[in-house]
Amino acid sequence: MRKGRLPVVLVVPAVLGLAFLVLPLVGLLARTEWSEFPSRLLSAEVGEALRLSLVCASLATVVCVVLGVPLAWMLARGDIPGRRLVRALVTVPLVLPPVVGGVALLLVLGKRGPVGGLLESWFGVSLPFTTAGVVVAEAFVAMPFLVISVEGALRAADPRAEEAAATLGASRWLTFRRITLPSVMPGVVAGTVLCWARALGEFGATITFAGNFPGETTTMPLAVYLALETDPQAAIVLSVVLLAVSVAVLASLRDRWVGG
Amino acid sequence: MTLDAVLRVDRAGLDLPLTVEPGEVVVVLGPNGAGKTTALRALAGLLPLQEGHIRLNGQVWDEPPRTFVPAQQRRVGVVFQDYLLFQHMSVLENVAFGLRARGTPRDAARARAMTWLDAVGIGDQARKRPGALSGGQAQRVALARALATEPEVLLLDEPLAALDAGTRLKVRAELARHLRDFPGRTVLVTHDPVDAMALGDRLVVIEDGQVTQTGAPREVARHPRTAYIADLVGLNLLRGKANGTTVTLDTGTTLTTVSANSGSIYVAFPPSAISLHHVRSSEPNTWLATVTGVEQHAHTTRIHLDNGVSADLTPATVADLELNTPLWATVHPESLQTYK
Repeated sequence: MRKGRLPVVLVVPAVLGLAFLVLPLVGLLARTEWSEFPSRLLSAEVGEALRLSLVCASLATVVCVVLGVPLAWMLARGDIPGRRLVRALVTVPLVLPPVVGGVALLLVLGKRGPVGGLLESWFGVSLPFTTAGVVVAEAFVAMPFLVISVEGALRAADPRAEEAAATLGASRWLTFRRITLPSVMPGVVAGTVLCWARALGEFGATITFAGNFPGETTTMPLAVYLALETDPQAAIVLSVVLLAVSVAVLASLRDRWVGG
Repeated sequence: MTLDAVLRVDRAGLDLPLTVEPGEVVVVLGPNGAGKTTALRALAGLLPLQEGHIRLNGQVWDEPPRTFVPAQQRRVGVVFQDYLLFQHMSVLENVAFGLRARGTPRDAARARAMTWLDAVGIGDQARKRPGALSGGQAQRVALARALATEPEVLLLDEPLAALDAGTRLKVRAELARHLRDFPGRTVLVTHDPVDAMALGDRLVVIEDGQVTQTGAPREVARHPRTAYIADLVGLNLLRGKANGTTVTLDTGTTLTTVSANSGSIYVAFPPSAISLHHVRSSEPNTWLATVTGVEQHAHTTRIHLDNGVSADLTPATVADLELNTPLWATVHPESLQTYK
């Protein structure tokens, strides 16, 4: 590498950029009253939001894995017509404002919606403004992260190993289970972690589709937003927990995302 | 009981008729890009034919547009060029995989896999991952995996190409033994003439997807019919018209041969049979040649002459020659082999 003074025109904005990204987080940690932290964490409303968030994000992740891994396989391996279009559709929730996703879910799965109406009349199930609704909203927003990650791993995996399995008499399902899935496991794990982190932080779609009912649909991000006016310290505690989760996710994926 | 195939795939320009009897090893020999791997993939069921057919025991495997039996329903075993062992499984699980896929219970599959690993001489490596094996060991695992399901047809794609020279000699001898013992039909594709001669009962030479010569390895080695094969087996090959013991080559030169022939004919002779001189000798079969290239081999110098003829000389002889001027080439009539 070429030695010499780094040009000021680049260094100054770079340092400002770094400060802009890091200072708010430092500020958050500085304002935290650490002596109260354990008792706050265990208090009724914080604990409730925390528990609900973990349960909903985990359930949403399960839904995403069960539906998303086969979807990724279809995109990477299936000879389906219009595959590029399908891939584009899968990616839409990734860039769509979550609140728009929430509105869309409400229109389709709400009581008057085409699918919601059927659920109501056939099974007596109503999703909006319930805990199940939280899971649906989170899964909607988080699934593309899993699909993209797993599809990338599938495309990078050598499809000839699957051909070798076929010549040994393995059906496509057996090949998927015993050959393909184990070889893309790191991608599946990374996608799952990313998906779970996204579900945990979900706000817009959740509040639109599932509303804000403490103990039922008030997940951590919603609780942070509400507590900010009434009980800032509770908001800070929840924020620190979410920050810790983010850092943990980043650390677990460091080889994939923060390499070099 | 014969494997009877006509393999036509337009994309690769492939048009290959192929029959293989039980116990027979047919080697498809050809340069890179000749369509060898395409032919093997079609036989394995990994690539549908565009035209032609693949039949075995009166059962149709592929006959477009009506029938296509996919790979997993064909009784084939494939040894891939880079083996394609399953890296996340042990060696034993690799070999047992085909048996498990075809419904053999786990313990029975493992026991049979172990027998096959012992047969190829690497039973002691059974617990290892493929990544921990040497090239020769990985090749043996690939062979055991392909044979374990007792296929009707065994397909091998350049089975020795990934090995270093030392390992190759030993593995080739072992492979020849296993192929002799294998009761099914074997198709092996390679670009290596030594592998082809050592392993094949019959050679099918393909160039640009078309068959250019077939026959027993000895026959092909002695009587090459294309420049590619002649080059592989180390002979100069010329074509001409014979009239008695005189052959008029396509280039206009006339040669005298020992045996009398008539009509269109091949003339073959080893590069070592040519001598080069500055002055014209009185010998028959002398012509003026231009040097187009020089290559140093182990202990001989190969001189490339115009019209695709090569001469192998000792370095000492070459030192006495002025290679920039045309030279008189001479070859003795006894060295010339003629065949139709």
